[in-house]
Amino acid sequence: MKILVTAKRVTDPYSKIVLKPDRSGIQTDNVEFKMNPFCEIAVEEALRLVDAAGGGEIVVVAVGDEEATKEVRTALAMGADRGYLIEADESKLDSDIVARILVALVAKESPDLVLLGKQAIDGDNNQVAQLTAEYLGWPQATFAYKVELTDGGKGAKVQREVDGGVETVQVSLPAVVTTDLRLNEPRYASLPGIMKAKKKPLETLSPADLGVDTALKVETVGFEPPPSRAAGVKVKTVDELIEKLATEAKAI
Amino acid sequence: MADILVLAEQQLGKLAKASLHAIGAAKILAEKTGGSFEVAVAGHGVAAVAQQLAGYGAAGVVALEHDALAQYTAQAYAQAFGNYAKASGARFVVTAATSIGKDCAPRIAARLGAGMAADIISIEGAAGALVYRRPMWAGNVIAHVKVNTPTVVVSVRPTDFPAAEATGSASPVQSQAASVDAGSLRMHYVGLEKVESSRPSLTDASVVVSGGRGLKEPANFALVEKLADTLGGAVGASRAVVDSGWVPNDWQVGQTGKVVAPKLYIAVGISGAIQHLAGMKGSRTIVAINKDADAPIFQVADYGLVADLFGVVPELTDKLAARKG
Repeated sequence: MKILVTAKRVTDPYSKIVLKPDRSGIQTDNVEFKMNPFCEIAVEEALRLVDAAGGGEIVVVAVGDEEATKEVRTALAMGADRGYLIEADESKLDSDIVARILVALVAKESPDLVLLGKQAIDGDNNQVAQLTAEYLGWPQATFAYKVELTDGGKGAKVQREVDGGVETVQVSLPAVVTTDLRLNEPRYASLPGIMKAKKKPLETLSPADLGVDTALKVETVGFEPPPSRAAGVKVKTVDELIEKLATEAKAI
Repeated sequence: MADILVLAEQQLGKLAKASLHAIGAAKILAEKTGGSFEVAVAGHGVAAVAQQLAGYGAAGVVALEHDALAQYTAQAYAQAFGNYAKASGARFVVTAATSIGKDCAPRIAARLGAGMAADIISIEGAAGALVYRRPMWAGNVIAHVKVNTPTVVVSVRPTDFPAAEATGSASPVQSQAASVDAGSLRMHYVGLEKVESSRPSLTDASVVVSGGRGLKEPANFALVEKLADTLGGAVGASRAVVDSGWVPNDWQVGQTGKVVAPKLYIAVGISGAIQHLAGMKGSRTIVAINKDADAPIFQVADYGLVADLFGVVPELTDKLAARKG
């Protein structure tokens, strides 16, 4: 079984994200970068599925600045076999360009499954996987809570977290699957894994190398801080809370 | 042909309330572009839903019918909606950013060669120079984006657009066979595991009471539920308690769970991680009950009660019940 999996480099989800004073972008001085948590879950799921299938190959791809090589190496250290960095200026990417990069890689690699995180915690777009699936004409199962291979590896039964509960869909492979929070708990890369990763093949390509047009369909033209709320007050008793909710806030 | 197409959502013949917020967004767009909007709904046997949609001022409503659409699947619905959007020549395709909207809309955008602005919270600017505002980094930054393609797809955050109100008039309604290539479909719906509840839905409720790890044990979640029931509200949860299996996954409020903006949000034993705040800081009035005075939740709370929830939540519930009686 061959799986293509993504590993996006993002800001640490627990970092405080603040705009620069000129609002041209976020302040990165005190911010750590790591693999997108949903991508970590995707890499972990790839490892489990290949194991369940009795063997295979996992190819990991990061699209971004040269620093993103670190995330490819981390995935290789977790157990992926080969990696790609598709080097591009992140400020000049949109979901559609990334999807078309993945489509080009699918043409090169012919995986049975493309596994992605459902969204990146920086952009929160939740689009790349779905765009990729449509361009490929493949079925998709997003927000996966559980993935089981079926029909001797020709299909997958996926439980998905949806608005109303947990939905089950059956897809035939090849397909695109995205991970949700509770799909698995990713392993930490072991020290031997980290050492081995240094020798695993990692190819750096540009979008142009893959024949991908990088004209932006969706372009960010500015940033602003979120709306602020007026400072609140502390109440000392339940009676005080009820009084304020009734008279001041008129919420009850 | 209307230049704006709203893709409405139905499940088992029931119209999703979020679709009314998508229509609300379409009306704003129509005002800016001087255009009109049409509404499409897809399924199998959805004439009644189409009739319902006729009451909101659309230039027309169309029901796209096909066997393959009896249950929602991404491939079939993307084909049905995408092909209709193409044929209709719509310049803007608008849907609500629900589970289904998020799952399907990007596929529709790909079919149309359109850029998609996801989970938008407002539409700014004038026709020809429209800018969409959308949250990034769990709502810590608001981005302004423009879409450079002739056709634009947007998914709207329902809490940020008004629900369209019934106009009293009736749009023309028609039904047509959806354009779906059944032979190309390689996925099917198997089932839904759903926790039935008589409570209002989390995203529609005007009161939400949420519980977090401060409750210590799953059995204690009953305190939150009792308070919610006294207020006639919905019950939400932090990621931590959902991860621990205390409550169903669809109770999670947050960046990657549900985004809610009720009139009253009460957070019980929730510390207020960035990701949780992302899902509720648009609420009109926020109350936080937590024994840790430094919990980040107090930074967004209008009223903060630093106290042991095991004492004050039952007291609050009893006193609110007494007020009602």
